[in-house]
Parts: sequence; C-alpha cells; structure tokens
Amino acid sequence: MRSDRGQRAPLGLKIAAACGLLFLHLPILLIFIYAFTTEEKSFVWPPPGLTTQWFAVTWNRPDVWDALSLSVRVAAISTAIALVLGTLCAAAVSQTRFFGRETISLLVILPIALPGIITGIALRSAFALADIPFSFWTIVLGHATFCVVVVYNNAVARFRRTSGSMIEASMDLGADSFQTFRHVVLPNIATALLAGGMLAFALSFDEVIVTTFTAGQQQTVPIWMLEELIRPRQRPVTNVVAMVVVLVTLLPILLAYYLTRDGDQIAGSGK
Amino acid sequence: MTSAVSFKQVSRHFGSVRAVDAVDLEIAPGEFFAMLGPSGSGKTTCLRLIAGFEQPTAGSISIFGDRAEGVPPYRRNVNTVFQDYALFPHLNVLDNVAYGLMVKGVGKAERLKAAEEALSLVRLPGYGARRPGQLSGGQRQRVALARALVNQPKVLLLDEPLGALDLKLRENMQEELKSLQKVLGITFVFVTHDQGEALSMADRVAVFNDGRIMQVGTPEDIYQRPNTRFVADFVGSSNVLPPDFVQRYSGQRRWGSLRPESIRVSSATSGDGVAARLVGTNYLGATTRLALDADGLRLHAVVPAGTALPAEGEAVMLTFNRDSLHLMDEPA
Amino acid sequence: MTIAAVQSNPTPAILPGSGGLRGALSDLFWRRPKFLLTLMLLPPLLWLGIVYIGSLFALLAQSFFSIDEFSGLINREFTLKTYSDLLQAANLDIILRTVTMAALVTLASAVIAFPIAYYAARYARGRWKALFYLGVMLPLWSSYLVKIYAWKLILAKEGILTWLLAKLNLLWLLDAWLSLPIVGGNSLSVSFTGTFIVFVYVWLPFMILPVQAALERVPGNLVEASSDLGASPGQTFRNVLFPLALPGIVAGSIFTFSLTLGDYIIPQIIGTSRLFIGQAVYSQQGTAGNIPLAAAFTVVPIVIMGFYLWGAKRMGAFDAL
Repeated sequence: MRSDRGQRAPLGLKIAAACGLLFLHLPILLIFIYAFTTEEKSFVWPPPGLTTQWFAVTWNRPDVWDALSLSVRVAAISTAIALVLGTLCAAAVSQTRFFGRETISLLVILPIALPGIITGIALRSAFALADIPFSFWTIVLGHATFCVVVVYNNAVARFRRTSGSMIEASMDLGADSFQTFRHVVLPNIATALLAGGMLAFALSFDEVIVTTFTAGQQQTVPIWMLEELIRPRQRPVTNVVAMVVVLVTLLPILLAYYLTRDGDQIAGSGK
Repeated sequence: MTSAVSFKQVSRHFGSVRAVDAVDLEIAPGEFFAMLGPSGSGKTTCLRLIAGFEQPTAGSISIFGDRAEGVPPYRRNVNTVFQDYALFPHLNVLDNVAYGLMVKGVGKAERLKAAEEALSLVRLPGYGARRPGQLSGGQRQRVALARALVNQPKVLLLDEPLGALDLKLRENMQEELKSLQKVLGITFVFVTHDQGEALSMADRVAVFNDGRIMQVGTPEDIYQRPNTRFVADFVGSSNVLPPDFVQRYSGQRRWGSLRPESIRVSSATSGDGVAARLVGTNYLGATTRLALDADGLRLHAVVPAGTALPAEGEAVMLTFNRDSLHLMDEPA
Repeated sequence: MTIAAVQSNPTPAILPGSGGLRGALSDLFWRRPKFLLTLMLLPPLLWLGIVYIGSLFALLAQSFFSIDEFSGLINREFTLKTYSDLLQAANLDIILRTVTMAALVTLASAVIAFPIAYYAARYARGRWKALFYLGVMLPLWSSYLVKIYAWKLILAKEGILTWLLAKLNLLWLLDAWLSLPIVGGNSLSVSFTGTFIVFVYVWLPFMILPVQAALERVPGNLVEASSDLGASPGQTFRNVLFPLALPGIVAGSIFTFSLTLGDYIIPQIIGTSRLFIGQAVYSQQGTAGNIPLAAAFTVVPIVIMGFYLWGAKRMGAFDAL
C-alpha cells in the first residue's frame, strides 16, 4: 500500500501496533532473564538473585549433550535431503509448464498445511504396519518430508526471478547442460538454497509434534524440553537450554533473511 | 555457394498452433538479413530454430551446409543477442563476455584479453569490472553484442535488439550495428517488428505473417513492390486499392498498392483525378499525413510540411503518377 | 580478437559432439526435455508419494479397522464401528471444544494482527519496514516449545503476571476472572484462558503476514478517497479497508484454525484436564493403544479443514498467501 511520504500514523494505531509487537517479543526476552535466576524450585518473579552457575551445570549434563547431538545430526541430514528434493521439484515446476504442476505444488505443501499430528500419527502407523523399528532414520524420514517445502518455496521464488533466457544464453554460448548448471543455474540460486537450507535446519531443529511419533525412546532437544515441561527435574537447566535454543534458531533465520532480503521474502507460509 | 542458413519446408507446430509453417528460406553468407513481422508471426520462432532453442516439427535446416536438426545450441557456431540481453547477473561484464571462451576451455589470460578486445569493439573499453546491473540499457546491449561476437560466430542472431532502447539511442545503434556487420563480415539475422528498422538496416528483408513468409526481397522491393495486401499494409502502411478501383486506372482487375507519398492533393474540385474529401490531418514534423475519403475508400497521403492544405471536410482532387500504382500478385 | 581472424573464420558452423557419457547425456537432455523433467521430478515424487501419501493412506485405512475390546489387538477387517465410537457424546464434546477454541483463537489473532499489519503495510518505510518484518519473522520462527515454556513462566501463580497485577493492585480482577466457570481455574496456567492466550501468542505471526500482504495491495489513495468523500475513519475501515483485507484475514485464519485444531502440546502444558482433538489422538494411539480410533479422530480436522479451504478458496484467500 502506497501513501504519501511523511504522513503520520494515528496515535491509536501506533500504540496498538507497538503493543502487538511487545506481546510477541517480551515473553521470549523473559527466557533470557530466567536463565540467570538463583531460584531452583519455582518460577518466582522477580528472580531473588542472578547467577551464571546453571550454565556450568547444564554444560555437564550428558543428557543435554546427547539430545543436542541427535538434533543437530537429524537436522543436518534432513536439510541435505530436503535441499536435493526441494530444488529438483522447484526446478521442474518453474522451468517447464506441464500437466499436474498444481498437484505437485500441493503435494509439497501438504505435509506442512495439515496439522503436524496427522503427519506424525500417519508416519507412526505406517512404521507399525511395515514393522519398521524406531531409529535415527525414522526421525529423519519425517523431518525431511516437511522440510522440503521450505527449500521448495525459496527456490521457486528465486527461479521465478531468474530470467529464463539466461539458460538459453549459456547454451547459446557453448555451455552444455552440465556446464550451464554449474556456471549459471547454481550461482544464481545458491543464496536462495542457502536460505532455504537454514530455514529447513531451524524447522527440523525445533520440531516436536511429528518427532514425538517417530522418535521412540530417542530424545531430540525439543523432546527433552517437552519431558522437562511435563515432568520437571531441574528447572534452571531447562531455562538455560531454552535460552540456547532461542539463540541457535535465531541465527539461521537472521542469516536467511540477510541472504534473501533483496526481492524474495523468506516464505512465512513455509513454516 | 552454400547458404549461411537454409530452411527447407521447415515447420514448427505447438500443438495446433502453427508458429512456423512450411517455410523455405536462404540467407547468403555475409548478408544482413531482417525478419520482419507483427508479434506472433513466427519470425522469433525462426530465429530460435536457427539458434537451436527449438527443433523443427518437419523440414530441414542447414547452417553453412551442415545439417542442424538434432544439434543442441551449444554445438552450433551461432550466437544470439537476446531481447532482454540475458546477461548473467552474478558475473561482471568481463566474465560475461568471456563466458563462451571459458566453457570452451580457453585459458584465463587469453580469454580475458579477447573479452577486453571485444569490449573495445563495441566501444565499452574499461567497463569489464562492472556488474550488468550497473549499466544502462544501451550499455547492456553492447555487452550482449560483445559476448556474442567474442566467439566469432558464423551467424549472429539478434532478437529485437533495439526494442528496449529509446529513439535517439536506437538510431545510433542502428548505424553502429550496420557498420560493425560490414567490417566483421559476419552473417547477421535480425528480428524486428519495426519496418523502418528493417528497411534501413537490412540487405534483404523477409516479411512474416501467420507462420509463413509473405515476401523476401531487398528493402526497395518490399517497399515499392509489395506482392500482397498484407505486405503493402504492414511495410510503411501503403494504400491498398481494391480491384475495381485499380481497373479504372490500369485496365487490370488486380489488387494494387499506392504509397501515401505518391499521392498529390489539390483543392481543385474538377478535372482529372480522384475526387475525395479531407477527413483529418496529422502533423508529423517533416511531413503531414492526410486522411482522405474517396467515395467510401479510405486513403492516406503524405505531403511535405508547409504545403498549403485545404480545411478538414473540404473536397479535394487526388492525382498520382500511373507508374507509382503497383499491381500485386495476390488474386482479386 | 582481430577483425581479419573473424572474416576468415575457418571453424565449422556445427561443432562435433564432445563425445563420452557426459556429452551424450547433455544432448539427450536437450533433445528430450520431458526426460530431464521426469528425472528431476522422480526423486521428490517418490519420496513424498511413498513416505507421505503412503502413510496418510495407511492411517486412513486404519480408521476402518477396529480394536478388540478384550485382547486390545487390532482387528484388520473393514468396519465402521470406529466411526460410530467417534460419535459418542464424550468425543463430540472434545470436537466441539476444539472447534470453539480454534474459532476464538482465530478471531483474537485477527484483531491483534490487524493494527500491526496495517501499520507495517501503510506507514512503515525502509529500515522500519525491515524491522517490522523481522519483528514478525523472529517470533514466528523461534522455538515453539520455548514460546510455550515462556508462557508457563509468565502464567505461573508466582510468576510475573501475578506480580505485575499485585503491584497495580489489580489482583482482585484476576481472582474474579479465575472464579468464573469454564474460563477460570486454579491459576491461569491451568485454565482455558491460559490455553487461549498461548494459542493466540504462538499462531499470531501466521495471521500478521497474510493480512499485511493483502493490505500491501490496497492502493493508499483508496483510503484517502474514502475520507475525501466524507467517510469517518470508522466508516472507511468498515467499507474500504476491512473488505479489502478480508482475503488476507481468511488466508491467515487457515493457519490459526488448522494449527489449533491439530495441536496437542499447548493444552497439555497450559490448560485443564479436559481434552482437545490433538490430545485425544495422542492418548488414543499412545496409552490406550487404540490406533483405529486415533486415526478416525484425525479425520475430523482433515474434513473440517477441507471445508474451510474450500470456502477460503471461494473467497479468493489463496491469492493472499
């Protein structure tokens, strides 16, 4: 919406917008304060004192490290799979018009459009029917499935901005299909793929609903947190982990935003 | 002598759409050839068939005597200047120009030197370090030209290369392209919908309509002796005269064409000539274009600026030289 | 490049193929674009088709099985018994509760989202615009569990909200609210009010983005034209802005509605012991081991969303996505 420069917003609107944004951000900031509280048993406010001792305690907790390692490995492998599948799909859909394009877009978006619990229980019942035991790979199977859409959205947006005659120009100048991919297509979609990969990583790292159905006894960081929320053991450790999780997911998001800020937006509907 | 480009009964159909329909075409080596026609007439598809972006549905294409069907673009020694230039945004100007040599495996020092020379050729020396995004439209077009020429193509294809430029720049570029082609001696095939551009630059022009070639000839042929109503109307908007009218002046019952500048307009109300009424005047600077109504037949005349003109609505008498009435081949 | 070299260019017009597998493959891709297309589509389609669609069908099939009440084993024969179980009063209660919550959450999100989206679309420029965008994107992408955890901290009896209300001498208000039936409870973190707040908080960014996208497309001079024609701000909002933003709101509501329908973690951590659809699915497939009933339960949100999407499409909401 365009409007005259210098036009001032009504005060009421300003206040409402500011309150809305504060509502979105204050709760997350609160996490950072609680990570330093000296209080062990309750969520009392204001914190009776501040300490950094819980960072050391958390550092020495093997279960936290195990969960973190599993989460990172799952996210890395899922992102890699999603990058390959999402890029292929985006390239096919945007380079040529063919029958069933809409169906393919829908198919890619469906795992994220339907509530996670449906994806989760569907996968679990499929594993049960096929007698597949829970493992690292059952988690990856689920994560990669809903990560494809994030990569796909980013790649499609970039392909749309990339002039179609560029590929023809490359071939015209003597580059075969492989050289064209390496020297023209890849450099042009690289940042979009990187952004998509970052978001896919963040999505996988944070996912809990599908994971509860596909993990069995294994604990990713979100599953660990969920356990702590339902059956708290050491609250200050949960506080510290929560803060670290916020930081770990924010970095890839900021980076993804930076990589794609001119032109295509990181697809919010991708989550 | 083998033709630079030869089409034999070439068709390209997209489903039921006949983009190019049974076209025969011979382009001579070293020729500046224009393909002229309205949008959707098949001229761009013909260009893409030469470049190898499209494959013919039927017929055969050869380039300097070699069969080209089934040969991908990267194996054709033919280069294209695209309508949107299609410069690679992730490469600087020098690397853009050197791209063709790079994929052919030419060493770095050598290809950059060649690219620098090609940039000088299009009068952009020292622009190599810039990004395509930092250049003006005219400069981008020169880079696209250099990028194609550096490969020393046997045929250079230009797809509406001047379409995106403003008038002044377009006129400069026309002259420049023409002289570049003369110096290099490369066969240029040029697609345009602007008849002025085609007539002023090309050695020969092919006029396209509905996927077919209506007429091929020198600019003068096309302009003075159109063989169909379409060509007469499209190239320089000639007056198309119906057979009955033509019969009165030439004795032959055929379609005729009469250039607007061949018509003389006088205010006399009697005497020899065609009685008409002036319906409108259009001031064009060097000339004035008159719209005339001769008993229901709409005619246009172009007179030099400064000619004394009757007022709109007045009766006028039209005269023309019998020789300038051109009879077309198209059956009545 | 010397000009003489160009004129006597000895190279052929058609170059020979580079040979080898690579050259052959490259030529094949050019000659048969459909082959390349198939090659590109095959891996993602196989993955999504087998892993995802296959699983969905497996789930759907299970909803037509039944469970043997004595042995607890699944009887793999076609029956509609599970669906008749689904229609028991207790289960209908769960469905009604969830749909009501989803509707309320959607409404509240729209109300809170509108000023933010409107400000970002109409007044924010340059740096502020980027800041607004990040201001919505960051909460959207921050950890879902951490966000819920943050609200557990806020809503706890000893937490910051109680402290704040005490400082403002407004504790009586909180107590009065908590003593209300249905929405009240022992503390906010074990009440429907708490569940509602957290739902709104977590899904709000999903509403802001599409509404902003819809408002971006409204020409600013439409608003000026309306006030120029003598409409009060309220009338301008009702007659111009709201109808134009509606597709965006509907698009956003697809997310808020669907996500609320399927969630089982928020009401489990912040809420009462009365179940939502997601929790029912979870407990049926987990502790109760009744996979057929769980599968039948998941069909409910799918059907509701199917109707919802159909309606939204008719309102043109997909253009705002």
